[in-house]
Amino acid sequence: MANALINVPKTAKRGEIVEIKTLVSHPMETGYRRTQDGAPIPRDIIRTFVCTYNGVEVFRADLHPAIAANPFIVFTTVATESGTLEFHWSGDKGFSVKESATITVP
Amino acid sequence: MNGRASRREFLLTAAAGLGLASLITVKPAHATPASMQEAIGKIVGAARVNAGRVKLDLPPLSENGHAVPLGVSVESPMTAADHVQAIHVFTEKNPQPDVATFHLGPRAGRASVATRIRLADTQTVVAIAQLSDGSFWSAKADVVVTLAACLEDA
Amino acid sequence: MRRLAAAVGALALAATAVAGEIPSSERRSGYDFMSRETRAMQDDDTANPAMLAVLEGGALWNRKTGAANRACADCHGDGRTTMKGVAARHPSFDAARGRPVTIEQRINACRVDRQQAPPLAWESRELLALTAYVAQSSRGAPVAITVDARTQSFLDAGRATFVRRQGQLNLSCSQCHDDHWGRKLAGNVIPQAHPTGYPLYRLEWQALGSLQRRLRNCLVGMRAEPYDYGAPELVELELYLMWRARGMTFEAPAVRP
Repeated sequence: MANALINVPKTAKRGEIVEIKTLVSHPMETGYRRTQDGAPIPRDIIRTFVCTYNGVEVFRADLHPAIAANPFIVFTTVATESGTLEFHWSGDKGFSVKESATITVP
Repeated sequence: MNGRASRREFLLTAAAGLGLASLITVKPAHATPASMQEAIGKIVGAARVNAGRVKLDLPPLSENGHAVPLGVSVESPMTAADHVQAIHVFTEKNPQPDVATFHLGPRAGRASVATRIRLADTQTVVAIAQLSDGSFWSAKADVVVTLAACLEDA
Repeated sequence: MRRLAAAVGALALAATAVAGEIPSSERRSGYDFMSRETRAMQDDDTANPAMLAVLEGGALWNRKTGAANRACADCHGDGRTTMKGVAARHPSFDAARGRPVTIEQRINACRVDRQQAPPLAWESRELLALTAYVAQSSRGAPVAITVDARTQSFLDAGRATFVRRQGQLNLSCSQCHDDHWGRKLAGNVIPQAHPTGYPLYRLEWQALGSLQRRLRNCLVGMRAEPYDYGAPELVELELYLMWRARGMTFEAPAVRP
């Protein structure tokens, strides 16, 4: 049961730089750990995070095992127009989580 | 090579003494400043990496290496003509040197990202900004990583 | 004879004073011993990974389940208001069971009795999510455990466990957490051990966990046999620890190193 938390201001002035905070539930298993019996635990991480703004990509992150569990990513974007921000996390084992938020730019 | 092997043995012995050996296996021979330089080389090629313009925020002392808050910001007008294309983060002593690459552009408004990273040991973290004019700028920070006193059996 | 009795009496008093509880004016949450960065992680609901569990718990709260096809919300309404203060008053006495129960046990009792659903396993994702959701509603409330004729013996048993030397190191909880809080143990500061923030996101676990997980973790660290999840010793210890933290502000879901 994957879930995510997005923090985007609901409205912004045209041209204003808004800060977006994202948190997604994922163990980010590094692939370097072993069980008590010595068996390796395979890597299982989120590899890519993309944010689009009315369909246009405005931010992308390539993640590696060094990103902490339950990845927290903060970035900025210019409020250009009203519309929808879409967020997509994808990774190992077919992991795919999508969230969206609307922003009003009067 | 000999010096590196004995230091590895020392770390693993120390780790075993703390009861860590069952929980962590550090892949040998990857956790070196040399492999970090190689990873940086893959990004910058033959170009020169300038010091400056990049601000790397990390706590000098981290309570737990599992989640260390990291912030990177770069001085840049972030216009179509002059902006940060990407910020790359590397470590020197983690099992592999790459941490993340953040792809920006003029839509970002400002070059500023934050996240939380894992640090396997006390070490240096490097951030490299790739600018639209083809130049590279970097900053580095040292973090002391402490370990939990009482570990849980897996 | 009277002088001997007086001397013994004075010695007894002195013994209880040495193993005594931290005066209320000196009581400090584990939050106060954390670094600035970890405190910031707890303070920001958009950065605290425990809030993911709270979100999930809210969804579970509203989901119909069990043979009775009932959601928690069907009886309890909006948990964010109706559950205010509840977690800060647990463990609390369960008349039907004749003993105190933790918030996790209370949730499972409701599942079994009212929803006719199987109980959720300790430390399961669902139980942690529901516990986080219920606990978060008590954030800001004072810890307030009821001690009366029904709970006194369980409180005394919890206190006895807290002061009893255990394990290979022959250490008691009290020795670190009453006598040496604020000092360092292998690079970490020893907190006073007030469970004001559970369930919490522990950086060492890279996950949310319950108070009982932390207590078992401590016992393993002390090289003592950890009691099973739900064991009476752990419930009594929880009861004592929450009573020992009475009046402090409940801060779940917290973040700890």
